[in-house]
Amino acid sequence: MPMTDSRRATVTLPTDEQILITREFEAPKHLVYEAFTTPELVRRWWNAKRGEVTVAEIDLRVGGKWRYVMVTDDGSEVGFHGEYREVVPNERLVSTEVYEGLPEGVSEEEGGTLNTTTFEEGASGTTLTILVQAPSKVARDAIIESGMEAGLQDALDLLEQVAESVR
Amino acid sequence: MARAATTTDAFNAVAEPRRRQILDLLAGGERPVNDLVQETGLAQPQVSKHLRVLREVGVVDVREHGRQRVYRLNGLALKPIHDWVKNYERSWSERFEQLDVVLQDLKRKEQRDADDG
Repeated sequence: MPMTDSRRATVTLPTDEQILITREFEAPKHLVYEAFTTPELVRRWWNAKRGEVTVAEIDLRVGGKWRYVMVTDDGSEVGFHGEYREVVPNERLVSTEVYEGLPEGVSEEEGGTLNTTTFEEGASGTTLTILVQAPSKVARDAIIESGMEAGLQDALDLLEQVAESVR
Repeated sequence: MARAATTTDAFNAVAEPRRRQILDLLAGGERPVNDLVQETGLAQPQVSKHLRVLREVGVVDVREHGRQRVYRLNGLALKPIHDWVKNYERSWSERFEQLDVVLQDLKRKEQRDADDG
């Protein structure tokens, strides 16, 4: 089913070290928070239709660990883990995130990100934002798997202008 | 003189702020070099150098128009970048579509509990 534009996830790159994901949900924020922090619920959505979630562990407290693993349809395993730094029920989660497939020689500090997830309730539902803060431009570039050196957001703005011609 | 750093693909080509500025101008329509020199405030040799890099990766095309060389944006060459973002966005969109279903269930359950209570 195609989604309407207002329900589309938007991805922007506010700075060279950040990725910002935003989406609105037709539900009160305590339910969105619940879906984000309950392992059996995370199992139902985190796979992005690209496989099956085989591990969803959440120890929801400051200093507590989390780990998600998905097995994709082609059989490869994709894992992420991290630690909660801030837990404000129904409002805000701050946690580290490390991709378990980091290239050899890249430490968790170098390759990990600090993710701030906020749940904001408005008249039409809950706006979810995930701000992915990478420790360096290099780390963010590793996430986006490209050799971009700077100002990808500018390029994106530009691409929006020419999007019609490349579709 | 040292050669400009080797630019192998569109990603690297648009990573340079001046080149993005030029692309930005070209996004509004094709332009002769003189226009680009004026608008960017760069010297003509610099503009030409950037245009050469952009042409090498196919991000801009050039045509002769009388005695002028007119440049235009080739959106197709920017497609890899566009595709990356779209793919990342799509993967999150897919997660969120599934999350919508989960939320519907939670809302129904909450409603049921309220009715029972």
